[in-house]
Amino acid sequence: MTVTATVPKLQLSGLNKSFGRGDKRIQVLRDIDLSLADNEFVSLVGTSGCGKSTLLSIVAGLEDFDSGTLSVDGAPVTGPGLDRGVVFQSYTLLPWLTAQGNVEFALKAAGYGAGERRDIAREHIELVKLTKFANAYPSELSGGMKQRVAIARALSYRPKMLLMDEPFGALDALTRHQMQELLTRIWEEHRLTVLFVTHDVEEAVYLSDRIVVMGIGPGCIKQTFDVDLSRPREPDSASSAEFIDLQREVLRSIREESLKVELA
Amino acid sequence: MATSETNGNPTAPVPPEAGRSGFPARSMVGAGGGAQGGVGAGARRRKPIFRIGARIGNATFVAIAVAVFVLLGLVWWAATASGWVKPIFLPSPVAVWTQLVKLAGDGTLWADAKISIYRIMVGFLIASAMAIPIGVLIGCFRIWEAAIEPLVDFVRYMPVVAFVPLTILWAGTADTQKFLIIWIGTFFQQVLMVMDNVKRVPPDFIGLGRTLGLPERKILTRIVVRSALPGIWDTLRISLGWAWTWLVLAELVAATSGLGYRITVSQRYFQTNTIIGYILLLGLLGLITDQVMKALERVLFGYARRGR
Repeated sequence: MTVTATVPKLQLSGLNKSFGRGDKRIQVLRDIDLSLADNEFVSLVGTSGCGKSTLLSIVAGLEDFDSGTLSVDGAPVTGPGLDRGVVFQSYTLLPWLTAQGNVEFALKAAGYGAGERRDIAREHIELVKLTKFANAYPSELSGGMKQRVAIARALSYRPKMLLMDEPFGALDALTRHQMQELLTRIWEEHRLTVLFVTHDVEEAVYLSDRIVVMGIGPGCIKQTFDVDLSRPREPDSASSAEFIDLQREVLRSIREESLKVELA
Repeated sequence: MATSETNGNPTAPVPPEAGRSGFPARSMVGAGGGAQGGVGAGARRRKPIFRIGARIGNATFVAIAVAVFVLLGLVWWAATASGWVKPIFLPSPVAVWTQLVKLAGDGTLWADAKISIYRIMVGFLIASAMAIPIGVLIGCFRIWEAAIEPLVDFVRYMPVVAFVPLTILWAGTADTQKFLIIWIGTFFQQVLMVMDNVKRVPPDFIGLGRTLGLPERKILTRIVVRSALPGIWDTLRISLGWAWTWLVLAELVAATSGLGYRITVSQRYFQTNTIIGYILLLGLLGLITDQVMKALERVLFGYARRGR
């Protein structure tokens, strides 16, 4: 193992997490070591119940952990904060605010002034190609549009990293592909450290620089795959032999884990 | 540090569906298929009316609703006009209407309605003003829930009627006693309902507030309360309906004015037409307030319905 000279953007080491107490105490994460370099796109994949979403919540500061360390830019994380933007699977758009209003809400929380808020929000709504729907309420938007607003909102206040918890999991297949392409394009243009949780291996391969497969019983890091596919990634990239090979390798790694559960 | 493995070892040939490019082709299969299996194409079958969830038009809905009112009115009219029921038990619709017009003409009806509306307004506002903050508090903080919720649940099951003698003992027969009865009848229900409204705020909304670095106080006011507001409004609308019941109860037992008082007095003089007229009037007042609350709800919280 080589010691890198630069401090990783995000570093987790020896992290443990359990739920419940007494006899019912169950360890969900064991000795998690993970680090993300600056502007790296890393996906966490694994069978359901492997604790990948819990791990993301911990990084977001929304969930406590028992032991180990978690640091952003070398500084220990003590709770949630504006340095980590989170995109939830459930969109979490505030229904009483328009698309523009939702982005401005975040900017206001981040301390931006009224004029700045309007301009920055407009730019980010444009970034996710929703200018026409800037004044629409969430109930008027489709699932994909809502998630685009949520992404615009999380990017607007310039966090150091983006944490995404199965953001496209609730979308239909066609919309999911469009969202993946949109996210790739934004990421390739603007670059940002991203930790992305998904159960869709194809999605993980398409988006990531690195894929981390989590094992279960309790959740741990099983295997890591570097994604050496060229950028920019195009929709066609997915039909290349390399892409498909990697996808199958990752899938096999996950399957080994789910088999372990079935046999146990 | 986790080990890093690059992809390699190509093994078996890969079917084209495994790739991304395979996707649009696959999606076309479902969309393109023309024949709807089973039922003959073109023949649109009429769905039976009594199929669960079957839809009817707006006009049909209104027509049925109006027809039921008209029908009941006709039955009432027929029963009285034929002499089948004595007017002392059930006067004719015309007699009730005439009596109401008479009472409205000499000002009795307006005076009765005015004092009753005043009482319900004050009683209901006091109950709501207390229930909303307490409900929000116990919906958000388990510590407050532990302190207050079991107590409220306990009191809630005590019959309001049983408090009437006690409230008279405490507050006499003045308006204070009416406020007290309305308060006892609505506050305890409202607290639990508001608590429920607050608990229904999606946890991710609170998570969002935290990731935006908002302090708990701001998450409470800007996200939790704001998000629960449509639900709280609905709670108010529903509990206002109950408040009418408790108001009339209080006025029936001990009052010198108000709609309930007039009903009691009328009973003494066998003025069945006034009793029935006032009961119908109470129903109408309830219906109007409910519709006003609903209309305001559409104005205030229209964002939730748009596009649906």
